[in-house]
Amino acid sequence: MSQSLVDDPAEAAPGPARPVAAGPEPDPGHRVEVGRLLRFVVRRPGLLLSVVVLVLVVLASFVPGLFTSQDPLKGVPSQNFRGPSGSHWFGTDELGRDVFSRVAHGAQLSLKATLIAVLVAFVVGGLLGVVAGFVGRWADDVLMRFVDVLLSIPALFMSLALVTALGYGTVKVAVAVGIAGVAGFARVARAEVLRVRQAVFVEASRAGGARWYSVLGRHVLPHAAGPVIVLATLDFGSSILAVSALSFLGYGAPPPAPEWGTLISDGRNYLANAWWLTALPGLAIAATVLAANRIARAMDGEWSRQR
Amino acid sequence: MRRYVIKRLAQAVGVLWAAYTVSFLVLNWLPGDPVTAMASAGMDSGDVDPARLAALRQEYGFDKPAPVQYAEHLGRAVRGDFGDSVSTGRPVTSTLAGALPQTLQLTGAALLLAVVLGGGLAVPATYTSRRWLRQLLLSLPPLGVSVPTFWVGLLLVETFSFRLHWLPAFGNDGFTGLVLPALTLAVPTGAQIAQVLAKSLLTALGQAYVETARAKGAGRWRVHLRHALRNASLPALTVVGLLVGQLIAGSVVVETVFSRDGLGRVTAAAVTAQDIPLVQGVVVFGALIFVTTNLVIDLVYPLLDPRIVVTSDRKAALA
Repeated sequence: MSQSLVDDPAEAAPGPARPVAAGPEPDPGHRVEVGRLLRFVVRRPGLLLSVVVLVLVVLASFVPGLFTSQDPLKGVPSQNFRGPSGSHWFGTDELGRDVFSRVAHGAQLSLKATLIAVLVAFVVGGLLGVVAGFVGRWADDVLMRFVDVLLSIPALFMSLALVTALGYGTVKVAVAVGIAGVAGFARVARAEVLRVRQAVFVEASRAGGARWYSVLGRHVLPHAAGPVIVLATLDFGSSILAVSALSFLGYGAPPPAPEWGTLISDGRNYLANAWWLTALPGLAIAATVLAANRIARAMDGEWSRQR
Repeated sequence: MRRYVIKRLAQAVGVLWAAYTVSFLVLNWLPGDPVTAMASAGMDSGDVDPARLAALRQEYGFDKPAPVQYAEHLGRAVRGDFGDSVSTGRPVTSTLAGALPQTLQLTGAALLLAVVLGGGLAVPATYTSRRWLRQLLLSLPPLGVSVPTFWVGLLLVETFSFRLHWLPAFGNDGFTGLVLPALTLAVPTGAQIAQVLAKSLLTALGQAYVETARAKGAGRWRVHLRHALRNASLPALTVVGLLVGQLIAGSVVVETVFSRDGLGRVTAAAVTAQDIPLVQGVVVFGALIFVTTNLVIDLVYPLLDPRIVVTSDRKAALA
C-alpha cells in the first residue's frame, strides 16, 4: 500500500484543508516550466539518478537488445555458474545463460505486468472515487463502504484469491495486483473531487449554468488529478514488488520466461554456491522501486513547495 | 463510551460479513468454473472426467441456484464452518487453526521488532542536531519499503546461514529459527512505522505544549520522550493497525522463503492447488485479524486520548 495513504488515515475532510491552486499557467510560461523542471531535477542528484534508472528500465522493457546481445533463453552449458565478470555482468546461471540479459529481457514482462496493474487500479479506483465524490449522497455511502471492505482484506490475500479464481500467467497476476490496489485510488480520488468541488470557481461555473459533465470534465477532474497521479507513481513501485512477489511464489509466467520474481526464485536453489543468481536480479527490482518512489516523493511535495 | 463501543463492534461485524461476500463472489463467480478448477488443480483443464465434475458439483452444492449456495455457505460460516479443503479433505477451520500458532509467533516477533526498529530510527533521527546523522537515519525507511521481502530474506540466509553459519536457514526450530524470518518480515513494516513516527514527531516538536515544557525547564530528552513522543505515537498506532494485515499476508512470502510451516505455507499451497474453500477461509481470516486489531486499537484510543470519545459522542448526539 502506498505511504501517502498511511500518512493520512483521516477520512477526507471536506473542509478547505488545502486551497485549490489557480489553474495551469497559460501557454507563454511553458518554456519556463521546462527549464525549471530541468533545474529542479539536476539540483537533486538522487532524483536525477532515479530518473536515469527508470528511463533505463523502461528502455530495457521496450528494446532489451540495446543493453545486451546475449540470448536470455539459450545458454552455454559449459559456462554455467560463472561469477559476475566483464563478459557476464551478472554472471551465468545453472544452464550457462547470461543473467544480465535475462534481467534486461525480464524487464519487458515485469514492467508490462506492473503497468497493467497500475492502469487497472487507476481506472477502476479513480472511477469509483470520482463517482462517489461527485454524485455524493447514497452513491458515496455505498461505494465507500465497498472500498472499506476491500481495505480490510490484506492486499496480498486479495491478489491470491483473484489468482486462484483467474489462474496463472503474467496478465492475470497483473490484474489481480491491480484490483487489490483499487481501494487506495478510490479514496484519494474521492477526497480530491470533494475538495475541488467546493472551490469557488466550480461554484461559479455551476451558477453560470454549466452542465454537470462540463463542470466535471473542465474544472473538477483537471484539478483533482494531481494527487491521484502521484499515487499512481507510488503504486508503480508497490506494484513491481507485488507482481514480483507473486511470480516469486510461482504464479507468473511459466518457467523459461525470465520474469524478475521467477529469476530470484530459480536462483534460490543455488543460494549456497551462486549468490549472484538471487542478489543481482533483486538489486534490479529494488533499484527500480526505489527510483519510482523517489520520483513520487519529488512530485508529491518538493515540486510544489519549491514554487 | 458504551455507545462508541457498540458502534465499533457493529461496524466490525458488518465489514466481516462484506469481506466474506466479496471473497465468495471473487472465488465462485469469476470467469472460470470453480469445480473444473478444483478438479484440474492448476493444470490445463481440457480433459477432466465429466462424471467426477458432476460428483464434485453436487458435493459442494454448485448445482443449486446461486443465492441458495451463498445463503447456505454464509449460514455455515457464521458457525465457524468453512467447508472441507479440496486437496486434503480436512475441515478448513481446523487446518487454519493448526497452522496459526507458528504464524502468530512469527508475526508477533516481527511486529515487536518492527516497532523497535521504527522507534529506534525515528527517535534519534528527530533528536539529533547533527545534520548528516539525521539524513542518514531518515534515508533508511524509504530504502526499507523499496526492497522485495523475499530478496531480503534470501540475502539474510545467504549471509548468516551459508557464510557465517550463525543461524539456521530453514525450518521451525526454536528461537534461532525465528530470528531471520522475523527480521525479514519486520523490514518493510518497521520502515513504514519509522516514516510515520518521524513525521508526527517533527509535527509534535513544533507544538505549543513542547514550547511550554521547555520554558518550564524540562530537559531535552524529557521533552522529547515524555511530551512529544507520547502525542506523536497516536498516528503510529493507527499505522500499526493497518500494518497487521500486511504482516499476516507477508507470512506467505516469508514462510515460503524460509520453508517454515504456518498459515502462509498453507495459503501458498492452497492457491497452487486452487483449493477454493481453503483460500476463502484464509481471506476471511485475514479480514478477521485486520478488523479485530483495528477494533482493539479503536477501543484503546480513548484511553490514550480522551478527546476522541467526546467528539464522537457529540456527533452521535447531533445526528
